[in-house]
Amino acid sequence: MIDGDGYVAAAYLVFLALILIYVGIMAVRLGRLERDLAELNELAEPREAAPREREPVA
Amino acid sequence: MRHAVGALLRKDLRAELRTLESIPAMTLFAVTTFVLFHFGLDRNSLDGDLAGGVLWVTLLFAAVLGQNRLFVAEQEQGGFDGFLLAPVDRTALFVAKAIALFAFLVVVEVVAIPAFAILLLGPDLLDPLPGLIAVLLLADAGIAIVGTLVAGIAIRTRARDLIGPLLTLPLLVPVVLAASEATAPLLAEAGASGPPGRWLAILAIYDLTIGLVAYGVFDFLLED
Amino acid sequence: MSLYGKGLKPLSIATVVVLVGALALAAFYAPEDADQGIIQKTFYIHVPMAIVALCGFVAGGIFGILHLRTRDRSYDLKSYVAIHLSLILAVGVLITGSIWARGSWGSWWVWDEPMLVSFLIVFLLYATYQPLRFSIEDPERQARYASVFAIVAGSFVPLNFAAVRMAQSYVHPRTLGTTTGGMPGEMMLTFLVALAGMALLFVTLWKYEMAAKHARFQIKALRRRLTGDGGPTAGRSAAPQVTA
Repeated sequence: MIDGDGYVAAAYLVFLALILIYVGIMAVRLGRLERDLAELNELAEPREAAPREREPVA
Repeated sequence: MRHAVGALLRKDLRAELRTLESIPAMTLFAVTTFVLFHFGLDRNSLDGDLAGGVLWVTLLFAAVLGQNRLFVAEQEQGGFDGFLLAPVDRTALFVAKAIALFAFLVVVEVVAIPAFAILLLGPDLLDPLPGLIAVLLLADAGIAIVGTLVAGIAIRTRARDLIGPLLTLPLLVPVVLAASEATAPLLAEAGASGPPGRWLAILAIYDLTIGLVAYGVFDFLLED
Repeated sequence: MSLYGKGLKPLSIATVVVLVGALALAAFYAPEDADQGIIQKTFYIHVPMAIVALCGFVAGGIFGILHLRTRDRSYDLKSYVAIHLSLILAVGVLITGSIWARGSWGSWWVWDEPMLVSFLIVFLLYATYQPLRFSIEDPERQARYASVFAIVAGSFVPLNFAAVRMAQSYVHPRTLGTTTGGMPGEMMLTFLVALAGMALLFVTLWKYEMAAKHARFQIKALRRRLTGDGGPTAGRSAAPQVTA
């Protein structure tokens, strides 16, 4: 057995690394989603304001 | 359905006879590969495991070569549209093309096996010939089914010549595995024995399973 | 509009608990193997990953069948995510398997281990899934062809395993088997817990990714409603696009 402990640790670490990389990528994607949402919220505001202005006229 | 298959098959075989697109190329490729193996392995004669392996890898690559051309005519000359308009079961196209590819492989092998026997094979081929033919037929069926299915998928994609081999080769690993294991005792130096029934059974099961799956799924490739 | 985020929190907590439990069991409870020594403990990561990945590939095929039968594109998305996650797990299987081989026999690869060899083949096959999707532009056809692939590949996986196993078992006895013949109770328990943890992890990540993709589609649709265009078009993509 060639330094068994090290290899076992390495195997478990590989598993951990894969999970963390995956979570990291998802976190980046979430950040992008939140940015898009913020942008859309901004776009939605004037639209909500405009119809309310027009209503009294009609 | 049988009429449709017959008609399509006849068309393809006649087209191949007239144009001689695939078969000569596949055969030449196989023989050339044998020569390459001679130089690559630096051996004058092979037997047993090595012979089986070289033979099957070569046949596999020749098949992949032929598979690429299988649907080209349909794609480029509107054959798909014409076929879809006809009131026939769409799977007939799959069956016809698979039989055609099988037929091409058999013809290629009629030349390639003797070439192999002359160029590279150490032991005599006459005794184990019936066993070898059984293995060839079973393996060819698997190769033809998978080759046709993958060709059907690949022809409509952008990188069709690349996707074809990439999909086919992993799918055919069990065939190469079983065929090599079955062929090795046939080509053994110290007296050939029959092909182990176990591997023939595996080839048969593979052919059946993948054939059923391909049969069920091919329709969906042709929808537009 | 299905909500994939529902139930994600308890699922994640369960996953963490079970996985940490498995780790603890592997580290402190499971005995060291008499023949192989400590390196055998990689077994608790390597084999569960393999089993879950295989199930994931088959699930991808089943979703493919459902997609083709119902024409519901959400099944294509489910298939894509399942295959995608299983491919990542497959890479993990290959790496941990290689580490195990190195620890046991000193070389980074062994052809004697049917699990490892089969996974190499399966990996090579499924690695073509994304390029295949990417090479078909029409989204409807992309989904259809991807489902065909998922079905063919999914049915191929068990065939492949059987064939490779047969080739090995007559030459070398299996040393790292998934069968539990002769495995002491403590090892069995640890193994089962690890398997459960891995399965939970897969389902959690699957839901996680489905939720993220759905959120993205909703945002795109929302943007289209608000501004009239879908935002910067990404051009071709390999991932399924479901119009919410």
